[in-house]
Amino acid sequence: MIKLENVSKAYAAGIPALNDVSLHIETGEFVFVVGDSGSGKSTLIKLLLKELEPTSGSIVINGQRLGNIRHRDIPRFRRNLGVVFQDFRLLKDRNVYENVAFAQRVIGMSVKSMRRKVPAVLSMVGLAAKYKSYPRQISGGEQQRVAIARALVNEPKILLADEPTGNLDANNAWDIMKLLEEINQRGTTVLVVTHNLEIVKTMKKRVITMKKGVVVSDERMGDDNED
Amino acid sequence: MTMRISTFFYTLRQGAKNIWKNKMFSLASIATMSACIFLFGVFYSVVVNFQNVVQEVESGVAVTVFFVDGTSQEQIDEIGEQISKRAEVSKKVFISAEQAWAEFQKIYFEGAEDMAEGFTNDNPLANSAHYEVYMNDISMQEALVTYLSSLEGVKEVRSSDIAANTLTDFNRLIGYVSAGIILILLCVAIFLISNTVMIGIAVRREEIAIMKLIGATDYFVRAPFIVEGILIGIIGSALPLTVLYFMYRRIIFYVAEKFRWLSSMLEFLPVDKVFATLVPVGLILGVGIGFLGSSLTIRKHLRV
Repeated sequence: MIKLENVSKAYAAGIPALNDVSLHIETGEFVFVVGDSGSGKSTLIKLLLKELEPTSGSIVINGQRLGNIRHRDIPRFRRNLGVVFQDFRLLKDRNVYENVAFAQRVIGMSVKSMRRKVPAVLSMVGLAAKYKSYPRQISGGEQQRVAIARALVNEPKILLADEPTGNLDANNAWDIMKLLEEINQRGTTVLVVTHNLEIVKTMKKRVITMKKGVVVSDERMGDDNED
Repeated sequence: MTMRISTFFYTLRQGAKNIWKNKMFSLASIATMSACIFLFGVFYSVVVNFQNVVQEVESGVAVTVFFVDGTSQEQIDEIGEQISKRAEVSKKVFISAEQAWAEFQKIYFEGAEDMAEGFTNDNPLANSAHYEVYMNDISMQEALVTYLSSLEGVKEVRSSDIAANTLTDFNRLIGYVSAGIILILLCVAIFLISNTVMIGIAVRREEIAIMKLIGATDYFVRAPFIVEGILIGIIGSALPLTVLYFMYRRIIFYVAEKFRWLSSMLEFLPVDKVFATLVPVGLILGVGIGFLGSSLTIRKHLRV
């Protein structure tokens, strides 16, 4: 599903952000990537999204070698990935429904498809009743749910979450993690970059720890978090 | 590339939204574009009307072809045929020696016709039969004169070089000056539209970044900005063309009313005739500038 082989990424004349990283994430896995700032977590996400090109090594996602994807085929590749960010990145001038529908619009789906899929995904994240609200009218946790709904509406095989709980209080952070786990249980591969070690410990998932661009540990902490 | 109707309308809406969100710059672009198309329209109206006057004058400028003494009527007819074959010739009139003499008498012996009686059987202009050759395009006069002089049986070709050269030069000067001014204005308009679109891109940077991450194609991201440029172009050309239409009508009406004495020299082309060309050209120009301004900017500032 996601395979990195000896991937390095160096920015102009600096210390490499990633240094000879090899990873293998199977379909349907739930994986945490943890590490301090500057450990290379965000670079990893950018490489997976093909926002950046590795300096060396190869990345294969869903059987596609990223180095072989032509510039004009990047959009089609990205449609298989859902992305969630720490700062939600919602469009402030559009309501909840329009924010989620936007993802469908962007890939050229019909209005009929939007009318069918958007309410379904909003109901899944528990925001069906707030579809008319604007981002400023809902809480941070709810905004992140909208962002997750937007990431999921096109039914991606992989969901990448970059510090999804970074701007949330403990309760909301926990709710979001539960939601991500639920999404994973429906078959979506989930990769969460975080520095919230408390949640990581509680969730008991596979945890990849990075430090200064290198993978320092890769542990499977069990499949359940029923505690 | 195929596009859903809903996506098409979405793109249109986004383009219009860009203009609205970015009102001041859009307004500045529309105003400059309007000024540009307005001036273009003014120049165009002046130039076509002037050309019309010049054509009127030019159509009266003729080259006169005289024949070698003793040339037979058959030879003269043959020369006439050769003249008619020339593309630049619009009309030729044959004046026989008798007609020339009659004309001469009318002008010089008016009121003293008896003085001409002495010539009754002896036409003093016996060898003055000639063709008056009129042209479509007076700038071709020199070439025509050279050609006519080379024809067998032609003794002399008379032409008015000054008239031809002055009219041609003046025509050319007006063309160059107006083209120069319009070109400068076009550049200003392209620059302003480009600026407007650039601001639009800056305002929507976050949205563009989200679009790209979700998997929007370059085309989808860029289309609203192209639409924005084209809409500015359409508004910026439709407005001045409408104003010009009514202005032109008023002016020809006013001149016809107040300056009747001018009407013998200067006849305005009818409004419909001028605008039948000006409207499509103005709109194409507006849309073209809008498209060019926005697509240049996108190429430079919206690498997706």
